[in-house]
Amino acid sequence: MRQETEEPTVIRPYGDTTGDGMVQVSFTLPMSPGPKAEGAALQLAGRMGLHPSMVVHAKGLGGEDSAYTFFVVYGRVGHLVELDKVLVREREYPLLAAKDANLAIKRTLHRKLVVLGACIGTDAHTVGIDAILNVKGFAGEKGLEYYREMKVSNLGAQVTVPELVSQARKDRADAVLVSQVVTQRDAHLRNTRELAAAFREAMGDNRPLLVVGGPRFDPLMAGELGVDRIFGRGTTPGEVASYLVHALTTIKEPVRVR
Amino acid sequence: MTGLGVRAIPIQRRPIIHLDKRLVRRARSLALLAAAPVISLAKARTTVSVERAVLRLAGLSGADPTTGDGDIPWVNRVVDAVRDQVGLEHGVALPVWHAMRVYGHDSLLDLAEAVTAGTTEFDLPTGAAAVRAHNAATRAAKAGLRQIDRNQATRDRLIRTIGDPPRRPWVYLIVATGDIYEDIPQAQAAARAGADVIAVIRSTGQSLLDFVPEGATRQGYAGTYATQENFRLMRAALDEVSRELGRYVRLTNYASGLCMPEIATLAGLERLDMMLNDSMYGILFRDINPQRTFVDQRFSRMIHARAGIIINTGEDNYLTTADAVDDAHTVTVSQLLNETFAHEAGLEDWQLGLGHAFEINPDLPDSFRLELAHALLARHLFPEAPLKWMPPTKHMTGDIFRGYLLDGFFNLVGALTGQGILLVGMMTEAVVTPFLSDRDLALQNVRYVLDAAGGLTEDFHPPRGGFIENRANQVLAEAVGLLERITADGLLNAIADGTFGITKRPADRGKGLDGVIVKADGYDNPAVTLMESDLGRGGGS
Repeated sequence: MRQETEEPTVIRPYGDTTGDGMVQVSFTLPMSPGPKAEGAALQLAGRMGLHPSMVVHAKGLGGEDSAYTFFVVYGRVGHLVELDKVLVREREYPLLAAKDANLAIKRTLHRKLVVLGACIGTDAHTVGIDAILNVKGFAGEKGLEYYREMKVSNLGAQVTVPELVSQARKDRADAVLVSQVVTQRDAHLRNTRELAAAFREAMGDNRPLLVVGGPRFDPLMAGELGVDRIFGRGTTPGEVASYLVHALTTIKEPVRVR
Repeated sequence: MTGLGVRAIPIQRRPIIHLDKRLVRRARSLALLAAAPVISLAKARTTVSVERAVLRLAGLSGADPTTGDGDIPWVNRVVDAVRDQVGLEHGVALPVWHAMRVYGHDSLLDLAEAVTAGTTEFDLPTGAAAVRAHNAATRAAKAGLRQIDRNQATRDRLIRTIGDPPRRPWVYLIVATGDIYEDIPQAQAAARAGADVIAVIRSTGQSLLDFVPEGATRQGYAGTYATQENFRLMRAALDEVSRELGRYVRLTNYASGLCMPEIATLAGLERLDMMLNDSMYGILFRDINPQRTFVDQRFSRMIHARAGIIINTGEDNYLTTADAVDDAHTVTVSQLLNETFAHEAGLEDWQLGLGHAFEINPDLPDSFRLELAHALLARHLFPEAPLKWMPPTKHMTGDIFRGYLLDGFFNLVGALTGQGILLVGMMTEAVVTPFLSDRDLALQNVRYVLDAAGGLTEDFHPPRGGFIENRANQVLAEAVGLLERITADGLLNAIADGTFGITKRPADRGKGLDGVIVKADGYDNPAVTLMESDLGRGGGS
């Protein structure tokens, strides 16, 4: 790789040479395999911005007389990535070890930090919330139940939003964590909006910190959905714990509400 | 007459590792001890779903069109009315068939409509009236059981005339679009591409519905509702493709949840071939009340036994929350408990698709050898059971290329260790609903491994006292240790303490507890009576 003297602001995909723009895509077209199908794949590749492109693999799914053909295509993509126009949410808080998180809670709250977790809507997949909350944790990090200064309850699957609101009130929860795996017909977005609205209505500015997570969420959508934070795929318990500590022990004014 | 196709192919030849025989015996006797109090508890109780299943077996189907969205099944209406008016302690059979005679209803549907309108009311009959009601209920239940028996005979005949898959493991593939009419062509395509078993995953909310939806359904969340009509449509479609392919393609659905007894009954009535039915899954992963689960499970498994259905248990799920190495023995313990509960309900070994999974962190040194050891342990502990081997999910990261390799290794363990049922792993696991091409690639992976290495079982003999054999015995010893703690503590307490899969589930918490009823003296359930007496004769069916 060539040594750059300054950070480039415009880049292209890297195949085996800087700036070659080479990418690989695969897709299926609803037509039988053959020269016409390969032509169709090349046309699609062209319209995706690949010039030139080549079909390196074409196969009828389930046989030669299949009505579907699967392609692997390599090509040079003409588009540029303009780094100064890339917007991401960067982590604005430090990652804390469990003992430092405990210490911070003890020092600033002088009591345990109360966390309530649940899966809402029809979603019965507790794997996400369990990975964050269970002692066992995820990716080698222990879950929030392991944090001495946190009081964690996991309400499990298919908790209704009203149930969650009333439990949060009862427990005086500092933070409510909700995980959403099912995304069919955007159920995760709908449920999250419902969650935010219900807490806003019931508790106004005194509502707990609302944190939502799931593999198909866009972390940039927190504001739009009315919650404080969204965690995406691969989030570890340590990141969530660090965020909670950051948000609840450093912001002194009431949690902002949109 | 049961399970002709299954028994025609021996699953395991000579043992290739040696398990400590003392440990094996100890494990089984501890499992019996642990299960005994729970079985007594289950025998002393009934549930709303068990009672609804009796009515379904007797032929009551459909939903009340006059209330709500028209989706409350008649069986729910009738059972709720019996409960309100005379209680369920004696079962629904006596009050329902008594009312049939007293009010002159010519069908259960007629009765259900009258009950809903308030013109028929329930009474608990005594004396001669009770005998008459009991006899009528028994005739009705017998008709349902005969339908289940006929289906089993039909399955055996189809397997005989069409043929069974030529090799093991059976290739098990999932379809789930939410729309039964979309599922059907996908299932047929999957069968043509090599699937021996089609599983239609249920809509994710269904396990916690306290009723079974009705009719052909076209909208579900991450799956398709299990309904009697959906079962019928899919089985008919698979019969068609079975004839075309010259091998009987089996159909799987999911019994677990609040309606286990009813869904099991519908599966028997519509000739499903396999059902997911785990003794503890609902408790641990769906927060269903433990008592409700064990009562429902017992009835549903009796029906499965009668129907010649192979159950699939859910041990793979433990490893999604617990560590696949540290907690490998919890899988073994669960398998032993599932086996014990299954035998008690009348299921035979060939019907036990005990689950286990390839979920060890691939970054761990020797992870593949550990997987082999665990798979061989299950294979040798349950030599006659068609074990269900489940693909990696926890360590599928979205790197589909690495995932494809992991699935290949998973397939290799399946081939090397003589698994009965192999659930095809998708490289897009946890990323998207599998694309058509994902499924095709996954099946290519399976075919390649089975063709290239299926014969290796002949050559593969881990040495005595080597890593694999030692590890298998170590896990077995840990399982015995855990079973000792469970029997000392009581299984319900162990579940309450979070012994399995970390989640804590007390016996007086969880969903569906209000649907559990302690039986009174004189409780009458003609379906259970018939099934138990037929089992007692040793016929199976």
